[in-house]
Amino acid sequence: MSMVMWFSEYSPSVKTSVGGKGASLGEMTGAGLPVPPGFALTTAAFRASKEQAGLDAELAVHLDGLDTNDTNMVSERCSEIRRAIEGMAMPSAVEDDLRSAYATLCSESNTDDVPVAVRSSATSEDSPDASFAGEHDTYLWVRGADDVVDAVRRCWASLFTDRATCYRVEMGYEHHTVEMSVVVQKMVRPVSAGVAFTLNPSNGDRSQICIDSAWGFGEGVVSGEVTPDNFLIDKVMFEIGRREISNKTHEFRLTDHDTVEKVETEKERASESSLTDAHIKAIATLAKEAEKHYGCPQDIEWAVDADLHEGENVVLLQSRPETVWSKKQSDSASGGSNGDFMASIVSTLMNPLHTQKR
Amino acid sequence: MPDRFPSPFEIATPEGAEGWQEMYVYSSMFSESRRDFEDSMFWFQDGVHWPNVLTPWDATFFEFAIASLSQYNTRHLQVPPANGIAFRILNGYGYLSPVPADESTIEERVANFTDRAGHYFMNWNDLYDNWMTKIRDLVGELESLEFNPLPEIEDADEVVKSGAGLGSGYALQDNYHRIVSLGLKLWNYHFEFLNLGYAAYLDFFMFCKTVFPDIPDQAIAKMVAGVEVDLFRPDDELKRLARKAVDSGVAGAFSAGDVEATCEVLKGSSEGQAWIASFEESAEPWFNFSTGSGFYHHDKIWIENLEVPFEFIRNYIDMVQSGEDLNRPVDAIRAERDRVVAEYTALLGSDEEKGEFEGKLGLARVVFPYVENHNFYVEHWSHSVIWRKMRQLGETLVKEGFWSDADDIFYLKRTEVEEALWDYYNSWATPEAPAGPSYWPPIIERRKGICDALSKAKPSPALGVPPEVITEPFTVMLWGITSDSVSAWLGGGDAKEGELRGMAASPGIVEGVARVIFSADQIGELQDGEILVAPLTAPSWAPIFGKIQATVTDTGGMMSHAAIVCREYGVPAVTGTGFATTNLSTGQRIRVDGTNGTVTVLD
Repeated sequence: MSMVMWFSEYSPSVKTSVGGKGASLGEMTGAGLPVPPGFALTTAAFRASKEQAGLDAELAVHLDGLDTNDTNMVSERCSEIRRAIEGMAMPSAVEDDLRSAYATLCSESNTDDVPVAVRSSATSEDSPDASFAGEHDTYLWVRGADDVVDAVRRCWASLFTDRATCYRVEMGYEHHTVEMSVVVQKMVRPVSAGVAFTLNPSNGDRSQICIDSAWGFGEGVVSGEVTPDNFLIDKVMFEIGRREISNKTHEFRLTDHDTVEKVETEKERASESSLTDAHIKAIATLAKEAEKHYGCPQDIEWAVDADLHEGENVVLLQSRPETVWSKKQSDSASGGSNGDFMASIVSTLMNPLHTQKR
Repeated sequence: MPDRFPSPFEIATPEGAEGWQEMYVYSSMFSESRRDFEDSMFWFQDGVHWPNVLTPWDATFFEFAIASLSQYNTRHLQVPPANGIAFRILNGYGYLSPVPADESTIEERVANFTDRAGHYFMNWNDLYDNWMTKIRDLVGELESLEFNPLPEIEDADEVVKSGAGLGSGYALQDNYHRIVSLGLKLWNYHFEFLNLGYAAYLDFFMFCKTVFPDIPDQAIAKMVAGVEVDLFRPDDELKRLARKAVDSGVAGAFSAGDVEATCEVLKGSSEGQAWIASFEESAEPWFNFSTGSGFYHHDKIWIENLEVPFEFIRNYIDMVQSGEDLNRPVDAIRAERDRVVAEYTALLGSDEEKGEFEGKLGLARVVFPYVENHNFYVEHWSHSVIWRKMRQLGETLVKEGFWSDADDIFYLKRTEVEEALWDYYNSWATPEAPAGPSYWPPIIERRKGICDALSKAKPSPALGVPPEVITEPFTVMLWGITSDSVSAWLGGGDAKEGELRGMAASPGIVEGVARVIFSADQIGELQDGEILVAPLTAPSWAPIFGKIQATVTDTGGMMSHAAIVCREYGVPAVTGTGFATTNLSTGQRIRVDGTNGTVTVLD
């Protein structure tokens, strides 16, 4: 069995072996919500590595007689465990799978040493280690196969933070049964990015998708520091009904040392549309899918990735419920003429469209 | 920018057109006696239906059509806010002005309209079936009218001994009276349903705009539009005949030359004869189809100008032979329509709203087939028969020396034709020489000169003081006249350099080379991939829609026949631009945005 599950290969039967985060990313990919591409290294990888290294025996030594009230002792023993895991050799089957999956991600991204995020993925919502999901590590902008392998081991090691270890001891959980999957996902390097609502925020029209977009990272759009381009697309017909291109004087770009900084946009690009029609339609498609998937209007963050192939380069970064219009009780449009179609027709003829206030 | 158009009383007569008033009924012209009323109204030229100068007899349908429309709004249905539409002819062009109902009568009108229109909506299908029967009977009656030369002596049995007591002379006069009154009957029938159809459509339209303020107009049209529509049938028949020609191995006949040569080859084989029989079967009634709006005697009718359908068939044969599928994907169109309806329905908030949406859509779909189909039965089929019969009468009078060309009859007013027939009848009865052969030719000659002079002068798009906002719903939907288009006319169309605005009539954005065409005779000039720019288009131009990338017209609204056809054929269209044929020229690169209703010059 492969130690690697690509997000696009996910099925609910593998849920326990890829953890909550891996399952969620797989589920989104399967639902037509294109998150940045990546894969999960399954729990089997950690198990196989532990076995080969005889880690359980070493754990038993370090944990024997551990006094959870003695913070120095806890700190010392836990860091020894973590060091052991970080230095543990992976079985070649595991390491080969991991390296070859990373190589595939690089080639799909047309980039050598593509930067990735490496995150721990807890195996089950109600398992004890889930309580520490937030504490398990996340490594951003990891480049190169060697660094990816190291980051994976560091994620595994994060199972043995001082707090997690004490918790398991106090609750009487077995340390040797804890499991962990690790998610490796491409870091997005956006050409343009922004937000989208699955309704028109100015009037609550649920038949529309409203997109704000600017060059580079989405920070400028979210914070309001850049006046974005704005597009309104009909959710059913997919027609672009409004297209306002603004002068985007600044953009947020990646620096050489993997931080994001605000820079001035080249003049000729500032007033160009930050999205092509194909991008607009792809964003609208994923926004519509997100709304369908979550069952209510969504407020999403998206990006057009510079490294991915055209047609696959629009990715979803985040989706959360829209709150403003969704709380308002929608008024019936009938104006009380429901059931009396002639009254409605008379009213239509008496109050023609062009004189009505919306 | 001026805030008004010239008064009808300020418009000069074009040079060479002096005395044009003799061509029309006195009541159809502006006059001092009604000047106060006429100067208080806003008039627009109806380029959607009558873009050209009206010859005297052709003014008949202009008058019958608009009077029938008015009669239904005012006297039959009492459409609450709208009385009829006043019409006038000025310098040969037809102008219209909607007359609002008096505020104080609205309450009573609402009650009457609710009762009367309500009855139609409740019994629509039965009444529509009845309409179809009435219109077919009417066409049958028109077809039965004959206008042959009068006999030397009447038939002994049929006329004399039968005791009928009436002869061919009476019949000839009577037939002319009947063709005129059948024309008026036809137009009464036309408006029996039309505005009701639009009213139900508008009601659904407004509901959609209330629940989905940003919904594209075309989405609403798509939800209502029929899938199999009689107006598209002539084109479907052409395609069927093209496939039949290929399948039965007679397609080669179409490279033999003109219609006559092609028919000669076809007659030489049993397959070819079968094809001709099949063509004749399609032709009645479907090729009673005008290359124009059907309102002019000079509009070409397929069945009388076989080179038109033959040329279309030849093009379709080429397409079949290069492996193209000519079938309209009706299942896919139906599935797409269902998808659109289902998705908008799912977006509605409450069950109450969903119920209302479904109810209004249901009614709109019941009434809309009339809006789509009547055009074939009235303007194309019935008018074709009337023009044909009138031409037969014209030919008979050519034989009697009244004039030299059958079409000369259309330079007589409809009451003058009666005078000429009386002259003929009387001179036959006596017998003596008719006065007509010396009386009519100079009049016809003069009027031809006047019509020529009038044609060369472009009419003012409107007259008088425009209202602050155009609210009359039918004006907006049928004629595409909005507050925006009025201000564009006032600005002379130069609102923005290199850009024209119109109605977003059929969605899509394309760029390409413009081909400006002023009449159906020129459509052969269109090259593959060009953008058609024309004063207006007719449904019968559909066969070239596979060739062109987009359509831009001077006149027409969302629901004009051209718009309906463009949407059906998926050709982006901007209608009602006012100035496309003036401001654009053949060879220019333009961008047509049928989604937003703009045309941009790229060169």
